[in-house]
Amino acid sequence: MSQINAYRRKFLAALGGVAAAGLASGVIVREVKAASPDVPTRPEDQPVSNKVRWGMLIDINRLTDGGASMVEACKREHGWGNDPKASPEQQAQWMRTVKVTDKLTKHSFTLPVMCQHCEEPPCVDVCPTGASMKRADGIVQVNKHICIGCRYCMMACPYKARSFVHENLTDQRVHSPRGIGTVESCNLCVHRVDKGQLPACVEAAPQAVIFGDLNDPTSRISQAMKALGGSQIRADLSLNTGVRYLGL
Amino acid sequence: MSSKTMIYSELRASKAYYFLLASCLAVVGLGAISFLHLEHEGHYVTGMNNQVVWGLPHVFAIFLIVAASGALNVASIGTVFRKSLYQPMGGLSALLAIALLIGGLAILVLDLGHADRLMIAMTHYNFKSIFAWNIILYNGFLALCILYIWTMQDRKMKAFYPYAGFFAFSWRLILTLGTGSIFGFLVARSYYNSAIMAPLFIAMSFALGLAVFIILLFFTYRLDKRELGDLVLNRLRYLLAIFVAAAMFLELARHLTALYITQRHGIEQFILLDGGIYTLLFWIGQVLIGGLIPLSLIFCRALKNNHWSLLLAASLVIVGGLVQLYVIIVGGQVYPLELFPNAEVESSFFDGSISSYTPSRWEWMLGLGGVGLALALFFVGMVVLRFLPKSLADSSVEDS
Repeated sequence: MSQINAYRRKFLAALGGVAAAGLASGVIVREVKAASPDVPTRPEDQPVSNKVRWGMLIDINRLTDGGASMVEACKREHGWGNDPKASPEQQAQWMRTVKVTDKLTKHSFTLPVMCQHCEEPPCVDVCPTGASMKRADGIVQVNKHICIGCRYCMMACPYKARSFVHENLTDQRVHSPRGIGTVESCNLCVHRVDKGQLPACVEAAPQAVIFGDLNDPTSRISQAMKALGGSQIRADLSLNTGVRYLGL
Repeated sequence: MSSKTMIYSELRASKAYYFLLASCLAVVGLGAISFLHLEHEGHYVTGMNNQVVWGLPHVFAIFLIVAASGALNVASIGTVFRKSLYQPMGGLSALLAIALLIGGLAILVLDLGHADRLMIAMTHYNFKSIFAWNIILYNGFLALCILYIWTMQDRKMKAFYPYAGFFAFSWRLILTLGTGSIFGFLVARSYYNSAIMAPLFIAMSFALGLAVFIILLFFTYRLDKRELGDLVLNRLRYLLAIFVAAAMFLELARHLTALYITQRHGIEQFILLDGGIYTLLFWIGQVLIGGLIPLSLIFCRALKNNHWSLLLAASLVIVGGLVQLYVIIVGGQVYPLELFPNAEVESSFFDGSISSYTPSRWEWMLGLGGVGLALALFFVGMVVLRFLPKSLADSSVEDS
């Protein structure tokens, strides 16, 4: 009997230790991934609100690598870009750098292109099941539980921002599951934003990218856009994109 | 229906019939194998990719769906426009419409990334999506065709025959409008974004549906040794010519409009001039083989009453229709999206470059499997119910 009690004591002590370590590490993790001042933390019991509209301002002239580090950060965060069986044309690309050279002036620049998080997203309009959806806070993403893999959103997206998963995948990121037969794209790192953190690509290029609430006139991004502007790719489509560029 | 007494009977299930049915089912089997392979492995085994997201299966599927609505026209002309010559063929026309639609939908569904989620497509609707509307339109079309056949075959339901015919005809026009609008509503793609896609698809459906109907009618009557006269065949012959010409006319208007819009010069130059295989397919496949040669065959005086020239014309219309859909669906996608006008672009995601697409054998198998399914359903339907007039000889049909 005393032996059993001894076991119990040891077990409880070990459990206490694990719990304490877990709590401590939680605190540490929280401290390490400090919430960004640009992304106010939303209490978990509060729904996403349309009072907020997340957006991004990318200063192309300050991107020394044309956005390559942003693309790498996105790959690391979401685990795309190296699907073993897919051909190069079948590889998913949530984000890529595009080199643009004006035919007349020969002026050239490189910029990162991904989902532009339109206010009026064509991909959401065409999706038959509503899997392609825009959250109240402006984040456009795919509900992978009801995506049937018809790829109509890929046909509709003016920015070629979406990819289809062509094969079974293993070793996926816990926070960013990818599924065979569904469509995927940049979701502004919704899992990070919900925790008050910046999207991975923004963290990778802090000198050139501002992330924040476009609806808040006092936010850093709103102030910067008011002072400097913020161009859209294919502004002629009147989609009012959440991703804006300086230096286009 | 026709004032002359027309006798209908089931198709005789001869040895040749069973051979035909078995051949169709073998092709369906190939389609099933392809589906299982795609479901198990994923779409990396196909030629489709993230630049060309819709490929050969969609060409076959949309061909069958468009032809389905067109196949019903023979019945509609009999009922809605009261042309008694067409009335005896009404049941056959509605049966073919059902069979073709099921074949086409089967391909479309089995090519989905998640075919297992069909129930979600049936229960989650985004009503702003023309795709969602099409799901309703396709199901409604099947139901209306069945109702239409019922009013033709059951004396007690005869009073509803004109109404069923009218609703089915209206529904089929809206259905093809919806199919064309799948492309017409794509705002960002310069080869598609146009309201003319809807009437173009309607004209195509008239031509393709009738071409399929003519060929199947002819060979079914041969198979069962029934009489099929020049009166019926010649009427269908000239009707086919009108539909082919209408489809060509709308295609011409589409390209002329695009040629007037500077923004679209790039894609037009690609398709019409320097697009390699796509240019070849457009001029040789679509315009010459699918349009000019069939029209010449139909209007050539020396070939009047020549059944084989009509069959050849109808076959060429089918080939041309498949090519036209290939040029529209694949050609429209291989040309890059224009994110930055007046600029040259390059990226790791093939921005600014012409994509390549080669259909894999799995896509051929899936596409042909749908065709096999449509034919098998058609052949089974004719044995089960009395769709076929005993004779369509000139003396049996009433000219109007």
